[in-house]
Amino acid sequence: MARLRGTGMAAVNYPTGMNLGGDPSQALIHATTSGSFVVSLSATDLGQGLKTVIGQIAAETLGVEFGEIVVDTADTDTGPHDMGTFASRATHRVGNAVIAAATEARQALLDVASEELEAAVEDLEIDGHGNLMVKGVPSRSVRVADIAALAQFKYGRTIAGRGSYMKPKSIVDPETGAMDPDSTEAHACTVAEVEVDTETGEVTVLSIRSAYEVGRQVNPALVAGQIEGGAWMGMSHALYETTAPYYPAVDHSPRDFSEYLMPGTLEMPIVESVILEMPSSNGPYGVKGLGEMTANSPIPAIVNAIYHATGVRIDELPVTPEKILRGLDAMAHASS
Amino acid sequence: MASRIVTFDLGGREVEVMVRPMTTLQSVLRNQLGFTATKDGCRQGGCGSCTVLVNGQPMLSCLLPVEDVAGQRVTTLESITPAEGLHPIQQAFLDAHASQCGYCTPGMVMVSKALLDHDPAPTDDAIRHALTGNICRCTGYRPIVTAVHSAAEAVHDAADAMRGSAGERAR
Ligand code: FES
Ligand code: FES
Repeated sequence: MARLRGTGMAAVNYPTGMNLGGDPSQALIHATTSGSFVVSLSATDLGQGLKTVIGQIAAETLGVEFGEIVVDTADTDTGPHDMGTFASRATHRVGNAVIAAATEARQALLDVASEELEAAVEDLEIDGHGNLMVKGVPSRSVRVADIAALAQFKYGRTIAGRGSYMKPKSIVDPETGAMDPDSTEAHACTVAEVEVDTETGEVTVLSIRSAYEVGRQVNPALVAGQIEGGAWMGMSHALYETTAPYYPAVDHSPRDFSEYLMPGTLEMPIVESVILEMPSSNGPYGVKGLGEMTANSPIPAIVNAIYHATGVRIDELPVTPEKILRGLDAMAHASS
Repeated sequence: MASRIVTFDLGGREVEVMVRPMTTLQSVLRNQLGFTATKDGCRQGGCGSCTVLVNGQPMLSCLLPVEDVAGQRVTTLESITPAEGLHPIQQAFLDAHASQCGYCTPGMVMVSKALLDHDPAPTDDAIRHALTGNICRCTGYRPIVTAVHSAAEAVHDAADAMRGSAGERAR
């Protein structure tokens, strides 16, 4: 009996969004009397940080501070239309819609400022910190918040913008099978190291190391967090998680969190990643979708590492100790 | 069985609640008192999101009939959050990006508080062991362990600074 080590590799190309029957996201933005901007969406933040990146994108486009943006999500009764948060599409689709809405709102703001400052719109700029000025004339500078208030109380106007981004429906060519299913693709490659105890069949994941090509990062901390959390989820799918361990039989199905296995703090491997930024041509500021792909390549990388360590090739998840021991037995019988 | 009145100390304030027998502390905190930092991930002891401190010890409030804490000291995340700013453990979680959806965070912070109160300079192993009962679905745990390490240092530095200024005053 021994503890065997192995290394495995796997790569993933991951599509951003689906084309469905046409896949739109819409956004509305308006300025309040206090000069903050409300971004109304029906896309949801599931905890991945959509509100944060949308706030950043809106602030960047409008030229105001991040703290001036309020992102109001997910009341599909009252919000603008959105297909939803899935297929790693939200930052890409919603981000593009928000850029369009913020561009229109910015124009409305500049129109009012142009009257107030008696200067042509082309001669105005917003500095990214909520100041609006005549280019090169710092003395003729006003706060965006003041223009927003003047718009409502002096000029009787709204500062608002509408945005929509849609991936059009793509029909499969019946001759060739060709179609255009997604908007862009992100890529990753993972190398996993494992140790397998041939007596108990237990697998210890020692490390998960990856390279990710994710387009432009709007928020590097969120990108790193998704990748690290995704590595854990991938490891969890590879070795632990199942609702039917003897599918299609339901024997030994877990009924609650104390029976549904997941790795905890004691099973954490080393997780390291490098990130390459190759901006997409159609994402907001070059974004690609990153969320779901992070739980992909760790799974085959771990299964390949188990094969490398033991010679046991497993093609059904999760790789339980029982499957490894049965595989080792089968190998021993085949060779004797 | 009839309802009865239970009193306990919640974050330094005496509270009094009327409960049916076997009502959990979790339910009282969230539904009767509106203290919703204590989360409700499974209600059967499997996730740790409902962890509170009872007399300084981490306990799963979903498994604890509130009658069992009568006269005891209960500490929740609300109790340790200052009126301004954050507790050093909360700050460390924020700095290490140890919270994504945030659902596990109150339980993680309470377990970390109990650990650091009892062991101000825990080893990596001690931190990991302390957190084994708490599930996080988002972060992969490493940022949480990092946060507890830096919280330990921050608490340590703050204590040093206090000792330093006490020394100044003595002189
Ligand atoms: S809610 Fe108490 S352990 Fe999950
Ligand atoms: S941050 Fe989501 S469960 Fe831990």
